[in-house]
Amino acid sequence: MSTSPAVLTQETHAITSDADVVRVRQSVRNLAVSAKLSLVDQTKLVTAASELARNTLVYGGGGQATVEVVTAGARRGVRAAFSDEGPGIPDVALALTDGWTSGTGLGLGLSGARRLVDEFELSTDPGAGTVVRVVKWTR
Amino acid sequence: MERIPILRIGDILLVSIQVDLQDHIALALEEDLAQRIVDTGATGVLIDISALEIVDSFIGRMISTIASVSAVLDATTVVVGMRPAVAITLVELGLSLDGVSTALDVDRGLALLGGLRPVRGLEDVEEPDVAVVDPGS
Repeated sequence: MSTSPAVLTQETHAITSDADVVRVRQSVRNLAVSAKLSLVDQTKLVTAASELARNTLVYGGGGQATVEVVTAGARRGVRAAFSDEGPGIPDVALALTDGWTSGTGLGLGLSGARRLVDEFELSTDPGAGTVVRVVKWTR
Repeated sequence: MERIPILRIGDILLVSIQVDLQDHIALALEEDLAQRIVDTGATGVLIDISALEIVDSFIGRMISTIASVSAVLDATTVVVGMRPAVAITLVELGLSLDGVSTALDVDRGLALLGGLRPVRGLEDVEEPDVAVVDPGS
């Protein structure tokens, strides 16, 4: 990204249980409403956040989510970052493949989440953890 | 532990999900429904998701699993009330809900299951009101 967008609101949530995944969804929904994303875009972003928060919990062994309303020029958006200090992802390309799963899921979490957002950034360090950052912009 | 209530209407089990589903509650619902189908001999399962703001891959998998388990137990599953934004998101996410029947609302879902006649409005004039009411019934 060229210039980093300005942050208007920020919330941070620990992800250590099922209930936290629900809390992150609600936080993303609230900020998406305040950023005036359309209903479909809100739904897409909240769904992506749900997938990513669950990944943080199940594969990362827990971590945290930072949800922000951001602005860049005339555009407003919601950015959500999910970070853990888990085992990391050894093969990112493979992990982003539809249907590939290391666990018991459908293998749609990561690849599906990427399709639902406007920006998707994944950095992972085997042994040190994973950070996934997504942004959904108003149209 | 919080659980989703399962209502029985004739041969049909009705589940209306009114909470933001935590994963373990979704898993409990799968087990509870299978048990109730066996206990009641229900032939249909109606799942109302009109209150759900999202269906992610976990909830989608729950719905597919319920439909598969119900089918093995000789019951048909119909999912009703999906919001349009949820439907759009599901398709983009890549979930196909294989083997799951859907209907727009509970009324149509019941009609699909054939267990109960859909509630009719006033236009239903084919069957006149029964004039003689048996006071003994």
